[in-house]
Amino acid sequence: MMGFVRNFPFFSIMLAMFSGPVCSVLPGKAARVLNAVVITVIIGLSAVLLGNLIVTRESFVFMMGHFPAPWGNEIRAGILEAGMALFFSIVMLLSVLGGIKKLYDEVNTGKHNLYYVLVGLMLSSLLALVYTNDLFTAYVFVEINTISACGLIMIRENGRTIEAAVRYMIMSLIGSGMILLGICILYDITGHLLMSNIKESVEGLVSAGHYPEPLLCTIALMSVGLAIKCALFPFHAWLPDAYGYSTVSSAAILSSLVSKGYIFLLIKIIYRVIGFEIYKNSGIIDVLFIFGLSGMIFGSVSAIRENDIRRMIAYSSVAQIGYIFMGIGMGTAFGMVAAIFHMLSHAATKSLLFISAIGLTDVSDGSRKFGPLTGSAYRNRMAGIAFAVGALSMVGVPLFSGFISKLLFAEAAVNLTVRMLPVLIVLGISTILNAIYFMKTVIRIYTPVEEDENFRREGYEKVHMRSVPLYSAVLGAFVILNVILGVMSDPIVELIRQGLDMFA
Amino acid sequence: MSRRKSDEEYSKTKAYRFFKWLKGEDEYYPDETKMDMSLLIPMEDESDLIERMKDKQLAKEKAYDESSNKLLRFFNRCYRVVAVLFCIILGALLIYSVSFLPKVGAADRPTNNEVPARYIEKGLEETGAVNIVTGMILDYRAFDTFGESNVLFVATITVLILLRHNKKDEKDKEESSDRIYEPKNDVILQTVAKFLVPIIIVFGIYVILNGHLSPGGGFSGGAIIGAGLILYLNAFGFMKTERFFTEKTYKWISFFALTTYCLCKAYSFYCGANHLDSHIPLGTAGAILSSGLILILNICVGLVVACTMYTFYVMFRKGDF
Repeated sequence: MMGFVRNFPFFSIMLAMFSGPVCSVLPGKAARVLNAVVITVIIGLSAVLLGNLIVTRESFVFMMGHFPAPWGNEIRAGILEAGMALFFSIVMLLSVLGGIKKLYDEVNTGKHNLYYVLVGLMLSSLLALVYTNDLFTAYVFVEINTISACGLIMIRENGRTIEAAVRYMIMSLIGSGMILLGICILYDITGHLLMSNIKESVEGLVSAGHYPEPLLCTIALMSVGLAIKCALFPFHAWLPDAYGYSTVSSAAILSSLVSKGYIFLLIKIIYRVIGFEIYKNSGIIDVLFIFGLSGMIFGSVSAIRENDIRRMIAYSSVAQIGYIFMGIGMGTAFGMVAAIFHMLSHAATKSLLFISAIGLTDVSDGSRKFGPLTGSAYRNRMAGIAFAVGALSMVGVPLFSGFISKLLFAEAAVNLTVRMLPVLIVLGISTILNAIYFMKTVIRIYTPVEEDENFRREGYEKVHMRSVPLYSAVLGAFVILNVILGVMSDPIVELIRQGLDMFA
Repeated sequence: MSRRKSDEEYSKTKAYRFFKWLKGEDEYYPDETKMDMSLLIPMEDESDLIERMKDKQLAKEKAYDESSNKLLRFFNRCYRVVAVLFCIILGALLIYSVSFLPKVGAADRPTNNEVPARYIEKGLEETGAVNIVTGMILDYRAFDTFGESNVLFVATITVLILLRHNKKDEKDKEESSDRIYEPKNDVILQTVAKFLVPIIIVFGIYVILNGHLSPGGGFSGGAIIGAGLILYLNAFGFMKTERFFTEKTYKWISFFALTTYCLCKAYSFYCGANHLDSHIPLGTAGAILSSGLILILNICVGLVVACTMYTFYVMFRKGDF
């Protein structure tokens, strides 16, 4: 039995990839069903794998083919990988289900099945990024990820989304190019593509003092390339349009999963390719730290100035990515645990916010400005509650996941020396800024309006929970996910800690 | 003692701006409030509408006109200078760090290690492929190559999303404007194509089928076949190609090729990883039917690449098959 469970990462990647071509020949509805079934199966497989790994407490490598690495390809699974795969596929399923209605409104009927092709391949690439133990395999799946993300943005086919997709493509390809250059240089000085072998020879190179300049260059190229792809602060120009105008499932997938996949790859590179100590001493980590801190402030400031709810949530992502990079930039194991927990917390919250915001704008005649949104929480109660939960979580109110990640960041900061003060100060400022724009929105949607004025107008009808059962169920599931992360954080943090130990 | 401010004075204070922001009536978005006003007006004259659209257009043009927007002019100039500087600095840094890399072809290069040694020494024996490169990409590292063919597939899907027409009339319009010049009946092109197309396609098939024996394989052979199809289309027009290649053909061929690849490789990965015998014979080296799954995989990759190239061309030309 134990041996068979080891096939599960491979099964999940292959299933997701297989669903792509199959969806392309199916009609839209069948593709939708197949997609949901495949993701559910992957959730099951990942859950069993995670349970098994928690019992055995041993990571394993899986040979993709007849040849052992470094000659063949290899994937690797530990607690962290299996947990991420489980979490990613749950969020993926909920994001897709929560936006189905909007997808029908916004996307041409003949192209629905293509959407599920993209979703399947996106999931496969995320899983492969999570599980891979080979740097070049990671690059191949980064490519799939980039192209399918472009498709997810532009499938709505209006001017804004096409412009956003072009911008995303240009920025993201610069990032891919940097990653590829970094991999090339790294291959040239180490002679390997397999992560464990590269780490070994990098350690040798550093202790012998060989090739310091190319090594620094490759670390910088890969870090900055991945930072561009997950919209770290100065590279976030593509983000507001891409998240703000694409169809809601795409926005949720992009904000909660695509950026997290790249961050996970970066963490993998830090721990399993370069080595934590060498990465820490390279100086690049300080750059990430500063970018993260400035992102936390400037992202929130842009969100405050925004008058469009979707773009406001998008800008809030810039700030949250800043938090994660601040955690990575701390250069301690505590900081890393906090960053990984915040990845989960942000993924669970941001998709909730996007999907609940669409419920609010739908009962406000499709307007995303705050004026018409007044009182929308009374018109769609479920979406209102869900948005309030998401907002409270982002601000960091106890009971919800955001509180735990802020607490972990603060705890991690206490152990630092020079970086303690900037982290705590910026964390405080950023929390206040978060509260300003999220609480303003919550107050706005819960400000009652006189019925006779607004409710007679078309597009402002009340929506009952029972008339949109799937949408309400998805929101409920997201709220539960958030509360689980917020209330049962101890075992989850413990698992992350164990996973990181297994990782190195 | 506090004094009530007049409305005009009050509108300049921070408190006024704050409450405006809180209510979502941001004055930075005046056009939005105007839009709402227009809803209240029951009917708008067509001339008024045109006038309003003109105004809007004019305002937009003015906002993006360099001569009237100093900030934009400043930004554009800085942007160019900074962009050029950035590229030069990045290029210089890269060249600087590349100059430290080991010399190309030197025997003590780190890349000259046990990995390529095994590919070269045991490649033929282990994969059955005379062409080591093919053995490497389709057997040793077949997972990467599967990912790579999915990159092509997902690229075609996004091109379909972007360029395929949504409405029937749009399609007909485009088709008629494209077909005014069709068939072009260019005698030179047709005569040359008549000779060349069969040769090109047969050569492409040869490159694919001999991928494990000689330089070539699915990617290059597929590109050759795709080029042949595009040449045929240009010479004889869509009327002829539609008889054998429509969107359905594309879908089913890529579905068939990718699922075959996926199933074959899933089986082989599964056997390899669990140390089971896959019962796939490697055959005698050098024969066409040899080297296990590589031949099948090459055909699959070739089909995907050929269809992708042809579909890209058709989509960019008229947005439908």
